[in-house]
This record gives sequence, C-alpha cells and structure tokens, in this order.
Amino acid sequence: MQALAETLRETWRFYRKTLILVFTGTKEYYLWCLLLLCIMLVGFLFYLPQIRTGLITTNMKDQVVWGLYIANFTYLVGVAAAAVLLVVPAYIYQFGPIKEIVVLGELFAASSIIMALLFVMVDMGRVDRFWHMLPLIGSMNFPDSLLAWDVIVLNVYLVLNLLIPIYLLLKTYYGKEPNKKFIVPLVLFSIPMAVGIHTVTAFLYNGLPARPFWNASILAPRFLASAFCSGPAIIIIVFQILREYTFIKLEDRALFKIAELMAYAMFLNLFLLMSEMFKEYYSDTMHIASLKYLYEGLHDKNALVPWIWVGTIMNLLAFILFLFPGTRKRLSTLNIGCILIIAGVWIEKGPGLVIPGFVPDPLGEIYEYIPNFRELFISFGIWATGFLIFTLLMKVAIPIGSGEFSHAKYIEERPASKYQQQVV
Amino acid sequence: MPNRSYTRREFIRNLSLAALSGLSIPMLSSCTKEHAEDFLQKHFLEMTNDEKEALIARLEARYLKKYGKKFKVSAQEAIPNTLWGYGLDLSRCIGCRRCVYACVDENNSSRCKPQSQWIRVIRLKKGSLIDLENSEHYYNPETVPEKDYIYMPVQCQHCEKPPCVKVCPVHATWKEPDGLVVVDYNWCIGCRYCIAACPYRGRIFNWADPNVPPDKWNTSVHYLGNRPRMRNVVDKCTYCIQRVRMGRYPACVEACPTGSRKFGNLLDPQSEIRYVIENKRTFRLKEDLHTEPKFYYFFEA
Amino acid sequence: MQRIAFTVLLFFLIGVLTTALAKEVGEEFSVPPPPFKEGMYPCSSCHASMETNRKKRDLKDEHITIRLHHAEALRWCLDCHAAGNRDKLRLYNGELIDFNRSYLLCGECHGNVFKDWKVGIHGKRQGYFAGGKRTYLLCVHCHDSHSPRSKPIKPEPPPYTPKDRMNAK
Repeated sequence: MQALAETLRETWRFYRKTLILVFTGTKEYYLWCLLLLCIMLVGFLFYLPQIRTGLITTNMKDQVVWGLYIANFTYLVGVAAAAVLLVVPAYIYQFGPIKEIVVLGELFAASSIIMALLFVMVDMGRVDRFWHMLPLIGSMNFPDSLLAWDVIVLNVYLVLNLLIPIYLLLKTYYGKEPNKKFIVPLVLFSIPMAVGIHTVTAFLYNGLPARPFWNASILAPRFLASAFCSGPAIIIIVFQILREYTFIKLEDRALFKIAELMAYAMFLNLFLLMSEMFKEYYSDTMHIASLKYLYEGLHDKNALVPWIWVGTIMNLLAFILFLFPGTRKRLSTLNIGCILIIAGVWIEKGPGLVIPGFVPDPLGEIYEYIPNFRELFISFGIWATGFLIFTLLMKVAIPIGSGEFSHAKYIEERPASKYQQQVV
Repeated sequence: MPNRSYTRREFIRNLSLAALSGLSIPMLSSCTKEHAEDFLQKHFLEMTNDEKEALIARLEARYLKKYGKKFKVSAQEAIPNTLWGYGLDLSRCIGCRRCVYACVDENNSSRCKPQSQWIRVIRLKKGSLIDLENSEHYYNPETVPEKDYIYMPVQCQHCEKPPCVKVCPVHATWKEPDGLVVVDYNWCIGCRYCIAACPYRGRIFNWADPNVPPDKWNTSVHYLGNRPRMRNVVDKCTYCIQRVRMGRYPACVEACPTGSRKFGNLLDPQSEIRYVIENKRTFRLKEDLHTEPKFYYFFEA
Repeated sequence: MQRIAFTVLLFFLIGVLTTALAKEVGEEFSVPPPPFKEGMYPCSSCHASMETNRKKRDLKDEHITIRLHHAEALRWCLDCHAAGNRDKLRLYNGELIDFNRSYLLCGECHGNVFKDWKVGIHGKRQGYFAGGKRTYLLCVHCHDSHSPRSKPIKPEPPPYTPKDRMNAK
C-alpha cells in the first residue's frame, strides 16, 4: 500500500516535471507550438461542419469514395513503418551511431501512427459508432476484413512504439539499466510488426478485385519500398532540425547510413514501378485504364497527369542524388534529395495510388477528384497535431536521453521544502 | 538547462489549457436519451425478438416525430426456401429510366444534395456490348431508344459471394438467408470499404441527411430496406425487401414499361426467373470476379 | 370385375384431364378488361345493323384514326375481326373468341412471345408474383394491335453528375 502510494506520488512528480519541460522553452519553441495549435484549431473548426452536415462537405463522391484523408493515412502508415529502418541497423547490426536516435525514431513512428489513426477517424462517416469495430465488445469482422486486421496491427504497433521508448526513457531517467530480456524481444518484434502494418494496409487495397489497379500482386512490395524511401527521409530532415535546436548528439555518419539503405529502397521502388508499367502497357488489356488515366489522361480527363509526372521525376532525381556517394554524403544535396523523395512518394501514394484506383469506376465513369479547401485544412490540422505531439515528446525525451533531465539531478536539485521557490 | 520551479502562473496556464482540450472533444455534444439508445444498440442479428420489437417501436415513434408521418416498419424475416433472383432483358430495355425513379420513390432515397439513385442505367454501343469503360451514364436524348445503342441498368447484383460483405469491418452488411445482401444502417460506421469493394457500383453513400419531399415518403418500410436513412451510412438496392417478402414485385419491375425486368424465386422451378435461366441466353456481369451475382442479363430467344 | 371397371374409369379420367390440359385454347388467364376507347364496345351496337363489306379497302367513314401497320400487305381488318359478329375476334381456324382472350389471336403468329407470356416472362409484371396471385395483362394493354411497334418515349432525366451543384453541399 505504501509502495503504491509512493509510486503514484512519484508518477505525479514525474508528470509535473514533464509539464514544466513542455511548457518552458525558447521563443522559437513557443512560436512553433503556437503555430501548430492555430493550424489544429482551424482544422478542427472545419471538421465540425463535416460531422454536422455529413461528408458531403468534402469533394468525395460515390465514384471516388476515398480521397485526401485515406491518401494521407496510407502515406503516414508507410512513414511509421519506416522507423524499422532505424531499428534494424541499430539492434541487428550494432551500428553505434544510430542507437541513440532509435528511441526518438520510434516516438516519431508513434506520432505518425497517431496521425494515421486521426485521418481514419475524420474519414469515417460515423465516428460515434467506433466501438462497433472493437473485437469482442463490437462485431469486428476478423479475419475476413482487412480493415479489421489494420485496426489491430496499427494499435499494437502504436502501443509498441510508445511502450519501448517510454520504457527505455524511464530507465534512463532513473539511471537504471534496461532489462535486455524484456526490451530486446519487443524491439525485434517491432520489426515484423512494421513490415506488417504496411503490408496489411497494402492488402486492404490489394484484396479488391473490383479495382484492377490495386489488384496487382506488386502492390504490397511497392508500398513497402516507397515507405522505406519516404519515412527515413523525413527522419533525416527532422533530426537535423532537432540537432540544430537541441543538444542531441547525432553524427552525420548515422544519417549517411540511413541514406545508403534508402538508396536500395529507392531503386526497388523505381524497379517495381517499371514492372507495373511494362505489364500494363505491353499486355495492353482494358485494365490499363487506371494507369493510362494517371500518366496520360483518359477520355480527355487528365487532372492527375502533371502531378504524377512531377512526382515520378522527383523520385528519379532523388534516386540519382542518393545513388552517388558524392551527393549522398553531402548534407546539402542529401537534404534536397530527401525533400524530393518525401514529396515524390507522397504524390505516388496519394494521388498516384488512391485516386486512380477509383478511376474509372466499376461502370466506367470518370470523376476527377480534387480535394476542396475544407479537406485540406482538416488534413493540415491533423499533420499539425502529429507534429505537435512529436515536438512535445521530443521536448521530454531529448533531455532525458542527454542526461539533463534525470532523477539523479532532480534529487540533488530538489529544494528542502516543496513550497520553497528557486529563482533562476 | 536550469530547472525553473512551478509558479502559480504556470499552474493556471496548464489548468486552462487542459480544460480547453477537454471541452474540445467533439463527441457527447448532446447526450440525449435518443443518442444514448442509438449508441448502445446491439447488432441486429444478435437481438431477440423482443428487442427487435422495441427497436421498431422506437424507430416508428422517432419517424413520427421527425417526419410527421406514421411509418410502418417491418422486420419480416426471410421466407424459408426462397432465393431471390432477378432477370433483365437487354433486348427490351430502352433506357427510359422509369425504373430508376420508381426505385427512388419506393425506397425514400434522397432527391438532391446528394442525389441517391440505386439503379444506374448505362448506354453501350451495339457491337461491343460489355465495354463498360466506354459506357455513357448521362445520355439525355429526345427519345429513347436511340439507334446503335443498347441500355443496361445496373444495381446491386446480390451476389452469392458478396465482396462487400467480406470487407465490412463491423458486419454491418450481410447476406440474408433468402439471398438478399442488406445493410443495417444503425450499425454501419461509414468507412466506405464496401463501396470500394463492389465491382458493380451497387452501393452508394449517404453523403448528407437524405432530402425527401415531405409528401413523397413511402411509409411501408423494412428495417433493412427503405426506412428513412441517416447521413454517413451506406445503402443499396435490397430488391425491395419490403415488397418481395410479401410476394410483390420490386418497384423497378413494376415500373418498366417494356417488361424488361423479371423477378422470382430461384429455388422455385415454376418461377419466371428459372424459366428465363433455363430457356434464354443469360449471362452475368464480371463473371471472372467469381462473385456469383443473382442478377441475370439475357436476350430474347 | 370391379377392379377392372375402376382402372378403366381411372384411365378415362386421366385421358380427359391430359387432353383438357393439352388443349391450349382452353387455357384461361385472368386479365383486366381490354382498353377500349370510350363508347366503342359493344361494336355490335353499330355493326349489327350494317351490311358486311368484305372488300379490302381504306376506311373512309369511320375508324379513320386507325392506321393499320401490322402485316397490312397480307391482311386487313376482317382477317382478325369476325365479319359476322364484331364483338368477337376471329382465329385462323374460324373459331370466334372474346376480346378478353385476344392473346390467343396474337399468339397464332407470335408463338414464341405467346409461349413466354403464358409463363409470365413476356411483358410488364405487376402486383404479386407468388402465392397464386399472379396477374397478367393483355397484349393490347401495352401494344396497339393496329400499329404494335412501341413508340420511342422521352427518357427520365439523367442523374446529376458528381460535379453538379445539386450533388454537393
């Protein structure tokens, strides 16, 4: 009983300290958080009419039932899966310089999954009936429905990606050694889970014979390849920003190693795209319709053509930049390559995958879906939410990792009376 | 980094932010009894007969309050030994769309903003009949039929192996014992996976609350069929479940002026649909997808 | 003896029944009344007092709105309408039938369609399809017997396109 009370008190103290950490910072930090909060608020204000009136406020129609929200969802699941790219070298190959950013990478994956889940929530028509999807309590259609699988694996992955870093951080905070027997199996388990979440998301599209564009066996490999390009690219950029503004130690060597692994993924991504194009253009059946709509335009409808060509060229340029060690091992060109691949893969996964699956629709109709400003602002709001969560997590995790925020320091700096105020 | 202590100002700031975030939760905006009942409703197939009766009473009271009309909601079960099949004579369809609008009237579908039509008639060029990619949905000539074209109405095909049922994450749609694929509008979460999965554009989404002119309501409704729907759920043709389980033809069959539509019980050897399948040249759409639809298109002789 | 008599009677009854069933002309379908124009029927109200003119010609005095466009090169009015009794129709074998059994007349030439119609798969279906409550319509309820080809009709409006204002918020 005494121990429980003490644990609760200690938890409260820790929580209070993290609150202090989160609410104190530099001017740039405050501005950044304020900006994100504003974007979140705007997004939320646009979400309210969507619940009140219905999804008619979006530009989605019966012909194209999934749009910007699910595009972002797919992209973010890929980004979250890419955290594995950090884990793999660190724990399997014992590559030192990456180990320190693994924890932060996993928190990054957790933020991405939260964003992905938020995108699903805004896309769902009846969020108030979400409990129907829960196993046992609701009526989850497991194992037939891939969406049911997705709910399970995404939430398990989220729990893993919160559990592992928080456990490691708490151990560091208290100056204790993590129990390898507990944490290493979990870490190793998160590797197939990462592959799993994106494979399940790919199978969600793949298992629909009604949509020949998605019903290609190549879809799941394409998803994984593009995920392993874009996710680490975001991580490379984000961690350079963190290195700039915090005391985190991050060697360039770690970034270059990630970039090297990304180069393989980029090649695979382009190769799979080439395979897809060969199969469709050479066989020249009617199933080419969606690909033709995407790359050439179909029946004078060609809204997506400029997008996909820009995206494909971006992917190609990024691959070239990453291929040559000269450009890969120079931060300036590396960053350009990262931005190119982030945008390129977003285009490939969003307008390049979700929308053409619906064009032409099962009865041959073409509806050119373009998101309207409401959908855009809601999407921005969710991206801002994810960024804010990640920022706040970093605000606590980095000081813990660097040793500044630790229990030992708290003990030695703790005032004798809890009402005594220390002026800095 | 120096460790600043916890001042009162910061405490107030934290508290106000926490309160703001708490209030911004969009759910539970008006926790009325109605919402609570809806929220806690069980899955239709798990309800006992008493629960179903209570549900129907609740719905009828609600419709009376909301629309000012006395609805008769039926939860009639499938008649044993029935498997409903549909026939469509392509040599006779003239594309007049009377079926589309008869269906809209019978099934309380939204007229505009958005317009919900369960049946879609497409125009195909003679000579390349099932070239769906080159179909025309919005033909509007002075008179039909037009030379060089045939017309093919498409609606939910009530497949024996429905892909929509397979993908629904919450079992909101299922195949009834008499072969009808139905949706429980009170269980659907609006994820639209089933619409993505349907190869025939059989299912559509209620993007907003349906707009039905007050004098056009059809008050003989079935729980799984044409009762007033709500926004953000999926609906579809039910072969007029409220009619066929009483032995009546679906509204589209009755509306067709050229008699292109046939309906009957596939398990009854004397039925019209069995005669069609046995004596006419029937085919089904997208046979290669192996969905086993129960909607047979045929040509005269 | 009794047994033989009983079997003979049984076979006789079976024979009567089968021939009765086989006799198509005897088949009855409950149909709504024929769609006569106002005041047209009974035809004998005018024709009983008129002389029968069997010459094939274009009618000038009465029934001038009827344009015969139904194998008119080979037939004319009195090939289908009974010359002696205008309240009846005339089958090929000379037998006279009422207007509410006109399907027999149409079925003489349009045998395939007649076969389909009897089973219920030709023509408009209405009402109940099961429980013995099936109803039939006469051919003439949908087809003008003098000019049977269906006229083109104006289609109902097409659906709103997805981009249409009436489909959006």
